[in-house]
Amino acid sequence: MSENTEKQERFHRREVQRAMVKNARKAKIIDKIVSIFAIACVILAVIPLTSILIEVIKNGIAAFNWDFITGRPSAIGRAGGGIGPAIQGTLIVVGLATMIGAPIGILTGIYLSEFAGNGPFPNGVRFFNEVMTGLPSVVMGIVGYILIVLTLGSFSVWAGAFSLSLIMIPIVSRVTEETIKIIPNSIREAGHALGIPKWKITLFITFKSAISGILTGVVLSIARIAGETAPLIMTILGTSLFFTGFNSPVDALPLRIWRLSSQPYESAQTQAWGAALFLIMLVLVLSVALRLLAQRRGFAVKAEI
Amino acid sequence: MPAKETIKPVSEATGPMGESSPLKEISVRTVETTKRIDEPQRRSKVSIKGINAWFGSKQALKNINLEIEENAATAFMGPSGCGKTTLIRCLNRMHEMTPGAKANGQVILDGIDIYDKSIDPVVIKRRIGMVFQKPNPFPTMSIFDNVAAGLKLNGVKDKKLIKEIVEESLEGAGLWEEVKNELDKPGMGLSGGQQQRLCIARALAMQPEVLLMDEPTSALDPIASFKIEELVHQLKKHLTIIIVTHNMQQAARVADHAAFMYLGEMIEYGKTLQIFQYPKQELTEKFVSGKFG
Ligand SMILES: Nc1ncnc2c1ncn2[C@@H]1O[C@H](COP(=O)(O)OP(=O)(O)OP(=O)(O)O)[C@@H](O)[C@H]1O
Ligand SMILES: [Mg+2]
Repeated sequence: MSENTEKQERFHRREVQRAMVKNARKAKIIDKIVSIFAIACVILAVIPLTSILIEVIKNGIAAFNWDFITGRPSAIGRAGGGIGPAIQGTLIVVGLATMIGAPIGILTGIYLSEFAGNGPFPNGVRFFNEVMTGLPSVVMGIVGYILIVLTLGSFSVWAGAFSLSLIMIPIVSRVTEETIKIIPNSIREAGHALGIPKWKITLFITFKSAISGILTGVVLSIARIAGETAPLIMTILGTSLFFTGFNSPVDALPLRIWRLSSQPYESAQTQAWGAALFLIMLVLVLSVALRLLAQRRGFAVKAEI
Repeated sequence: MPAKETIKPVSEATGPMGESSPLKEISVRTVETTKRIDEPQRRSKVSIKGINAWFGSKQALKNINLEIEENAATAFMGPSGCGKTTLIRCLNRMHEMTPGAKANGQVILDGIDIYDKSIDPVVIKRRIGMVFQKPNPFPTMSIFDNVAAGLKLNGVKDKKLIKEIVEESLEGAGLWEEVKNELDKPGMGLSGGQQQRLCIARALAMQPEVLLMDEPTSALDPIASFKIEELVHQLKKHLTIIIVTHNMQQAARVADHAAFMYLGEMIEYGKTLQIFQYPKQELTEKFVSGKFG
C-alpha cells in the first residue's frame, strides 16, 4: 500500500516535471510571439499619430508669428490676421467648464466609491454616467442650446461651458470612482482605527492617495473638451471679436479651425493648420504642467496592494 | 487553581501602594474582580461579556467572556480561522464596519459599555489603538505626517504639541533613532519592520489606553519581530495590550495572560505559563503541544 503510493508519487512527480518542461518551452515561444505582436501594435498606433503630428507641424508652422497668436482674424479672403480671440475663448470656455465639471465629477466619483454602495440610486447614477459618456457631443450642444441659449436669448460663454462640462462630468466621475476604489481598504481601516471621522478619511487620506490618478482623468477630459467643435457651434457660435462678456458669443480654437479650413484660400488653410498646431501644443503643455504639479506636491500613489 | 499562587506576573503596578485615592480605587476593584473571576489579580481594563459576532449568517464568535488585565499583555491564540481577528475587531467596534458583519454583547472599558447606544464608535477608536497584520502606513504621507495624522485629523492644532508627541511616539515605538533625520521622507520608503513600528507610533500618538495588535509580526523577519516583542514589554508598563499571535513562542515571551480560541469559542483563558504548562482543556493541551494549529 505505502509502497504503491510511493511509486505513484514518483510517477506523478516525473509526469509533472515533464509537463512543466514542455510547457516552459511552449511558454517561451508564446512569450516571443506576444511581445512581437505587442510591439507591432504599438508601432501601428504610433504611425498615424506621428504622421498626423508631422503633417500638422509641416503645414502649420508657417502660420506662426506674433500677430497670428494675438491678432484678430482678418476679413475673409485677406491674408494676415490671427486667432487671438479663439485662443482666449478656448481658455475661458474650457477653464469655466473645468471649474464647473471637475468638482462635480470628482464629488460624484467620491460619493459613488465611498458612500453610495450598490443601491438602486447609485447604480442609476452609474448607468446614467455610462449613457452620458456614450452620447455624441452634439447632443450636449443641443441641451446647452435649449436650456441656456434659448433661456438667456443669446449664444454665450455660459452655454458653451455648460455643454462642455456635461461632457466632462461623467468622464471625471468614472475615473475618480475607479481610482479611489483601487486604494486598498487597509488604508481606510488605518484611518478608522485612529478615530478619524469618515469624511476626513475620505478627503485627506483616500482621496489624497488617489489624486494623481484623478488628475490624469481630469487632464484627459480637458483634452477631450478642448477639441470639441459641434457643441460649441450651438452654444458659443464663434465670432471674430475678443471676449466681451459671459453672456455674449465668443470664439474657440476648434471653431476657428473649422471656419478657416472651409475657406478656399491658401492663407486661411495655413492658418487652420497653425491653429490646430496651437491647440495640440496647448493640450500638451497643460497635461505636462498638471503632471509636474502632481509630482512636485508628492501626490504620486505608491500604495502597496 | 494551585498554579494561581505560584506564578505571579512580573508587576510594577502592584508594588507601591500609595495613599492616593486612584490607587485605592484600583485595589478595591481588584478585590471585586478576583471574587468574580479567578484569573486576573489586578484591575481589569476591558471586560468582554457575551460577545457574539456574525459575518452575514455565519457566526464567527460564540458567547465570548473574558477579563483583560490593565497594563499587561494578553495574547489570543488559536488555529487559523478561529476568530482571533474578529474578536479584537469587536473590541474597538471595527468589526461592524465590514459590510454584512454584526456583533452583540458587551465590551466594558473602564465601566463603560462601548456597545451602548449612546456611545459614538468613532470616539471609542481614539481610546483603543490598533495595529494591523500588514504594515499599512498612509501612502502619500511623510514619516512625520503618518504619526501626526491621527492628531491633526482629530482637530489638534498646536504645532509644538504635535511635534513633541510625534517624537515621543516614535521613541515609544523604538523608531526615533532610525528616522529622526528623515522625518519628511515618505513612510512607504521604510523597511517592513520599520513600517510596522511606524504604525505602532501612529497608534501611540493618539495616547490610547488599550492597544490591539493583530499578528503584528507575521509579515516580519525574526529580528524585526524581536524588536516588536521588546516593544510590547516596554509598552505594557503603561498600556493594556492585546496581541493576536500564531506563534506560541511569541505568546510565551510577551504575554502575561493567554487565551486559546477554537472555532469561534473561547476554550481556555489563564496566565500564560498556566496555559502552556498546565492546560485544563484537552484541546488547549493539543494546541500548545503543537498537535494541531
Ligand atoms: N470578511 C469576512 N467575510 C466573511 N467571513 C469572514 C470574513 N472575515 C473572516 N471571516 C470568517 O470568520 C471566521 C473567523 O475569521 P478570523 O479572521 O477572525 O480568524 P483568525 O483567527 O483571525 O484567523 P487567522 O489566524 O488566519 O488570521 C473565519 O471562519 C472566516 O472565514
Ligand atoms: Mg487573523
